[in-house]
Amino acid sequence: MSIIQILFFALSAFAILSAIMVLVSKNPIHSVLWLILVFFAISGHYILLNAQFLAIVNIIVYAGAIMVLFLFVIMLINVKKDSEPQKQFLVKLLGVVAGGSFLTLLVALVKQTAQIQGRTLLMKDGVIGLIHPLGKALFNDYVVPFEISSVLFLSAMVGAVIIGKK
Amino acid sequence: MPIQYYIYLCLALFSIGVIGVLTRRNAIVVFMCIELMLNAVNLLLVAFSKMFHGYALAQNATSTTGIDAQIFVFFIMVVAAAEVSVGLAIIVMMYRNTHSVDINFLNRLKN
Repeated sequence: MSIIQILFFALSAFAILSAIMVLVSKNPIHSVLWLILVFFAISGHYILLNAQFLAIVNIIVYAGAIMVLFLFVIMLINVKKDSEPQKQFLVKLLGVVAGGSFLTLLVALVKQTAQIQGRTLLMKDGVIGLIHPLGKALFNDYVVPFEISSVLFLSAMVGAVIIGKK
Repeated sequence: MPIQYYIYLCLALFSIGVIGVLTRRNAIVVFMCIELMLNAVNLLLVAFSKMFHGYALAQNATSTTGIDAQIFVFFIMVVAAAEVSVGLAIIVMMYRNTHSVDINFLNRLKN
């Protein structure tokens, strides 16, 4: 077993355990902290795939900006502890059964698909995850979507201010 | 590394997000589970990009096949950031009106 496989399985187990802890935590602040750990594990996967730009952007944008926004809102609105009565148990059970059925269906589908059998990933070689090729592609082929996304940000900012000001 | 491993990992993360959306009642936790699903899809896009890049690199040593997927991941992150800012503003406004973020109390838009 090579070092890449060991790292892959360790990061995967870490990501899935943290994702489950997001669900089972009663306190929303603990959920936010576990979700940050999930994002760090996913960034580790990006580094393992030599997508270095996306790894850093994932940490800066998700773990840095978005999760801080979540923490601010949770502290702002003073969420009470979940006082869920026990009759919610059936809803929880049905949700888990539905999600598990979804997972089983998709896994069975992947097992049957012929196009991906025996395909392997290029792990540490290749330059497409580095800044130089990504920047060239972004500002040559994708410059119009890039500019449109700035308009999207402007409208999101105006919308957030208008909604929050009322 | 076979592509199936990455597909199974991303399916597991996505399903955990789905279960969270279905079972939790706190609107903020539901929102975080949506972020989890977005991240699972991002990881799958990067994995497929590296898969196709590996096969194109065997044909042509200077190929940049698969770079589109990484650009898409970048744009998904951009849209997710905009979505979170508006969504959290809506949650704060709902809390000001109803003094709760329990989605069982938010099932009607009127009043």
